[in-house]
Amino acid sequence: MLKINNRDKIEWNKGMTVRDVLNRMKYSYSLITVTVNGELVLKEDYDSYKVPEKADVIVFHLAHGG
Amino acid sequence: MIIVIFFKRYYYPIMAKNNKLFERNVPGSTAILQKSVVAIAGCGGLGSNAAVALVRAGIGKLIIADPDIVEESNLNRQYYFQSDVGQKKVDALTAHLKAINPEVIIDAYDKKISRDDISEIFREANLLIEAFDRAENKLWLIEAWCKAFPERAIICASGISGLGNTDELRIRRAGHIYFCGDEKTDMSMGLCSARVAVVANMQANIAIEILTKKG
Repeated sequence: MLKINNRDKIEWNKGMTVRDVLNRMKYSYSLITVTVNGELVLKEDYDSYKVPEKADVIVFHLAHGG
Repeated sequence: MIIVIFFKRYYYPIMAKNNKLFERNVPGSTAILQKSVVAIAGCGGLGSNAAVALVRAGIGKLIIADPDIVEESNLNRQYYFQSDVGQKKVDALTAHLKAINPEVIIDAYDKKISRDDISEIFREANLLIEAFDRAENKLWLIEAWCKAFPERAIICASGISGLGNTDELRIRRAGHIYFCGDEKTDMSMGLCSARVAVVANMQANIAIEILTKKG
């Protein structure tokens, strides 16, 4: 299992990437920041970064305004 | 003799003033904050208000960066005044911060910073407050900071716009990354002084919490 945003749980599959997690969660918004077990995953690595089993995945939404 | 006169006339009054300035601070916090360095990327609604809070708390040094000029439309939420319109934001903000505490050290960069600047400009900073307005800029800043300084905190803001729903403003954390705001509202909804300042002060408050915990 994977825990998403300290709330949702999804099934983990071997070789699952950050992109797979985002697709499973139906996150289509492009302006996000993702961490896995507290570590930032660069946007360019979403297709290659393998999410380990039982990982905590946090997805932050970036909204304009400052 | 000359040294004594200089000390009494110039240095001592500042010290005495600062002793008063921080006498209502939380005991033990001032000495730690005066040794601390905080970087602030952007001097708009978030950055200017967070900077003021940090200086009032006793921060020793700020590194601020912003390429913009103060416009009248900024005054509904940013820490500037009519007399600042037309001035560089970093210059106007430095003057206001020094007016609160003349001893605070401000390194000001009047430029649009890029990924390549982060490790050089912010190398001294214990942590970074992200205070950009465009979401795509927030994204590259977070990536560049985490790459350059993986063990140092970055305190971001996202979702500070519109009116109401104050209870949706929150803080989320993952590792050394903090997010303040509702992560939903967009500046196309308009920006309200109180809401922006709440989030800016949440950012400053987390910065103070992190710095004083580390000691």
